[in-house]
Amino acid sequence: MYGTRKLVVSVLAYAGAALFFLVPFAFVALTAMKSRQEASLLQLSWPSEIHLIENLIQVIQVRDFMIVRAFFNSAFITVFSVTLIVIFSAMVGFVLNRRKTSWNKMIGFLVLSGLMIPPAIVPTIWLLQELGIFRTLHSMVLIQVAYNISFGIILYRAFFSTIPRELDEAAIMDGAGPVSLFFKVMLPLLKPVTVTNIVVLSVVIFNDFVHPLYYLPGDQNVTIQLTLYNFQSMYNTSYNLLFTNILVITIPMLIVFLFFNRQIVSGMTSGAIKG
Amino acid sequence: MTLLLRRTASQRVQKAPSIDSFYPFWFYIPAGVVYGLMFLVPTFASFYFSLTHWTLFDQRFIGLDNFREFFAEPFLLRGLINTFIFGFTTSAGKVALGMMLAVLLTSNIYLRSLLRSVIFFPVLVSTIGIGITFTVLMEPHQGVINTALQYMGIQGPRWLTSPSLAIYSVALVEIWRGVGLATLILIAGLVSIPTDYYEAARLDGANAWQQFWRITVPLSRPAVATVITLSLIDGLRTFDLVWAMTRGGPGFSSDVLASVIYKQYQAGFYGLSTAGNVTLFLVIAVVALPIVAYLNREES
Repeated sequence: MYGTRKLVVSVLAYAGAALFFLVPFAFVALTAMKSRQEASLLQLSWPSEIHLIENLIQVIQVRDFMIVRAFFNSAFITVFSVTLIVIFSAMVGFVLNRRKTSWNKMIGFLVLSGLMIPPAIVPTIWLLQELGIFRTLHSMVLIQVAYNISFGIILYRAFFSTIPRELDEAAIMDGAGPVSLFFKVMLPLLKPVTVTNIVVLSVVIFNDFVHPLYYLPGDQNVTIQLTLYNFQSMYNTSYNLLFTNILVITIPMLIVFLFFNRQIVSGMTSGAIKG
Repeated sequence: MTLLLRRTASQRVQKAPSIDSFYPFWFYIPAGVVYGLMFLVPTFASFYFSLTHWTLFDQRFIGLDNFREFFAEPFLLRGLINTFIFGFTTSAGKVALGMMLAVLLTSNIYLRSLLRSVIFFPVLVSTIGIGITFTVLMEPHQGVINTALQYMGIQGPRWLTSPSLAIYSVALVEIWRGVGLATLILIAGLVSIPTDYYEAARLDGANAWQQFWRITVPLSRPAVATVITLSLIDGLRTFDLVWAMTRGGPGFSSDVLASVIYKQYQAGFYGLSTAGNVTLFLVIAVVALPIVAYLNREES
């Protein structure tokens, strides 16, 4: 009796999940395999002929290999901004957790502001133009650091409270200065939360659409999310190519998720709760 | 004796900063410089720019005229109203659906963790990709959703082309996209409720429904507060999904503040765009923050 009930509930849950959560992804994959005419019917059906390879080649070649450039640009922005966020936010989290001063409240307020306040778009563009760095990948790196550093600080600050202070004292006794205390003793201990930070921030920055749209206009500095946006109007009738493009930018996330499932979930839920 | 006392006192004064000197304030500087320059400076500048008439050609101070325009022009006001609709419906939807899924996924079913992963995955997928996919699925005549509804004998609505429905359709997709994260946060809340409570309730003859409303709901309040906080702030700031699915259309019927900011920027009305930005800031500071503070006070 109990066993059958478990089976029925499970089957129903899986049927529902398949219907609501897998059908959209199946639709993307199937449409990416279709020919142009067949894709334009917008049906959820098995393709009569598999055109995935041709579609892939076309998507890669279009506009002078734009998607390859976009991958490189997105990778550049993601790698450099995540590296800077990890180091900078770990430093802040360290001092914030270890040193109790009247500044802490103010810094905590700034961290929360960074999570909540929507960035002021036009003034930022104005500032970038004044500095002469508008439309550069480097400015995009700095912006991603500024917009995402709060998340890193929150995770690190919480993690430092699990590292006993006796460890600091022992290292200081052994003659470590502040820099070697942080980089040689603390940073290696932070590995679990650093992995979480790297994975979650990479996903967020790689998937960012709005900020490259504003701060990196033009074809030369195109990022991966914007290829989709550019293709959307161009591929108005070529749904097969549009969905091949969606598939191409979704697969890296699927791979990351398969390997770092645990870190992503713990990072997103715990960061959320403390935020 | 006094001398001795004074000496230990001064030693103590010296000793306290000496420990602290291993946690130097200059560790704040790299983060502070980037954050201050790229985030705080534009934020403060926006308060001034929002009071100016600012286009490609000229810039002059006009006081609160931009904000007056916001409340007078229907297409700007619509964006403000839709921002609230979107923020509140997505928060409510994510909490309600997320709670049902969380209860289901903490109950005794096969392969729970696989199911959790399936529901969570959309959180990681490109929002633009999701928007385009659902725009095609919601196509009124041949789209998959309406075709499926037709099989069941239901005439599907014009999801994205009907001015009164478009913003809700986009909100529905946002709920689909974000419910996985809400569910996982709520699951974390549910598993922290001691099982003794449920056993005691069962002994007293409470049924599953009563257990849910009397134990699960009140005790998962911190998790619910977190989900509301997150979805409200995300929802009020949303841009990607609206832009990918409707571009604020038909007309301006599904515009939200973030898309108004973009449209005004593209049209070259920089002052007005910045006023939209400041309005969004105020919406979050005046509406969202008190709600967040209220929920979090209740929790402790």
